[in-house]
Parts: sequence; C-alpha cells; structure tokens
Amino acid sequence: MVLDCKHVWREISNYIDGDLDPSVRASVEEHLAHCRHCAAILDSTHNILYLIADERTFSLPIGFGERLRARLESELEKSEPASR
Amino acid sequence: MIHNEIQTAAKDPQWLAEAEIISRIISGERELFYALIKPCERAAFLTAYSVVKSEADAEEIVQEAVLKAYKALDRFRGDSKFSTWLVKITLNEARMRLRRSHSESEVSLEVFMDDGDGDYTPAVLTDWREIPSEALHRKELRETLQRAVDQLPEKYREVLILRDVREMNITETAQLLGISEGMVKTRLFRARLLMQKIVAPELVAQGKKG
Repeated sequence: MVLDCKHVWREISNYIDGDLDPSVRASVEEHLAHCRHCAAILDSTHNILYLIADERTFSLPIGFGERLRARLESELEKSEPASR
Repeated sequence: MIHNEIQTAAKDPQWLAEAEIISRIISGERELFYALIKPCERAAFLTAYSVVKSEADAEEIVQEAVLKAYKALDRFRGDSKFSTWLVKITLNEARMRLRRSHSESEVSLEVFMDDGDGDYTPAVLTDWREIPSEALHRKELRETLQRAVDQLPEKYREVLILRDVREMNITETAQLLGISEGMVKTRLFRARLLMQKIVAPELVAQGKKG
C-alpha cells in the first residue's frame, strides 16, 4: 500500500502509540524512509510529547501540598470525620 | 506504637491496603487521609488544569474536590482505586466551575467545534533537531509548551493532558472522560498535530536564536 503525506499524518499519532496494523505500519515506515518532511513531522511530534511528559513542564505550584493540607485542616476542624 | 504505625503509613500509604486505610480514616485517624491523597495530588491538579487552564483555579478545585472526597469517604465503595475516584470528583468539580465562569458565547464555540474532518495540517519542516529534556531548565521552553497546551480547544487539551502529560492509557482516559476509546484516539491525533503545528516552528526559531 502506497501512502501519501496526508495519509501518513493521520497515522502519526497511532504510529507513536504502536497502535497500527503491521501492514499499515510497514507502509508508514516505507513512506518515512523516503519523505524528509514527514520524518521531521514525526520526529518533532515525538520530541514535543516527550517534553510535555517531563514533570518539569507541568509541575505542581510551589507550596501546593502545604496549602492543601492547611485548607483541609481548617475545614476539618469544623466538622467531624464521616462515619458509616 | 499506634503513633509509629500512623507515621509509617503516612510515609508509605501502600503499607496498608487502601480499604484498611479508608476504614481507619472513617474511624477517626484523620492523619492517614493526608497520606492517602499525597500520591494523587499531581494527577488531580493536572486533571483540573486540563479543564480550566489556570494554576490558581486548578489548585482551588483540587482543594474543593479533596474536601468533598473526605466528606463522602463513607460512600466510597472501593470498586475503583481511591485515586481514580478522587480524579473523577476533581474533573466534575472543574467542569462545573468552567460552566459557571463561561459566558454562553464562549461555551458555544467549544461545543460546536465538532469532531468531524477538520484540516489538521502539521507544520511542515525540512528537518528536526531534537530538543533534549535538559533544555527544560529554560523557562522560555517550558512556557512555550504550556502556552501551546492552553491554546488547544478544551476537549483536545483534556485528552492530551490525561494521555501525554499524566501518561494514562487509552482505556483509562476513555473511562474517565466518559467517551469511547475511538474518540480518545481521534481527539489525541488532532491534539498532537495541533501541538506540533504550534510548537515546532517556535522551537526551531528559539533554536536559531540560542
């Protein structure tokens, strides 16, 4: 199966997740081997996903845990724990 | 002895089975509740952030959700993990908050962005020089990535954050959002291509500057 660039873009997400039928995967890889644009699109998408998964990109605000605990303590002082 | 047990459990909530911890919290060992929620904080925060895209609002939402979870702990049936239950409460809380704060015109824009065949064209590059994760020490890079995520329509942002930031699998993401796995994959494909389209040219430009 010969794929054009648009078809490959549609498959990039599933390709990254390893969620393609072997025959489609082989066709995507064949296209990528000869198309530097699609190869760059795949590499950049992969790289961006790798960067957003890093805990430094989306970290908890400083003092989050302390403020959560303080809020809980102040609210829970007002009420008894739930009971069955 | 009991004090030591609580301290040990506070350090490692896995030390006791979750059900046991919850039943002890209900009996009055409140300190254990802090140990129970600690490992869920980031997941809850990111889930709230995926909806409201404001750190301050997301933090408040998590506080409300955790309080609700505490008050409803006797109704937690244990048919899912506590963290799954807490994240679900957080998601509902965030969506309610968003609905309250959105004007009708803003909501309609999101609602009517359908999942049909849109034009999801990536940024065309001739080549790509990999950005190593060490580069994340640069605030500019972190902000570029955060801004891009904030620009995504809500339904794409939710899926991207759950799947690619929190690294949940497709099935878990579908269950939490109450949509099919196919819909998760479709939204994820669009979210990822939109991210590439927004971020890749900026990172190429930053690379040339630096």
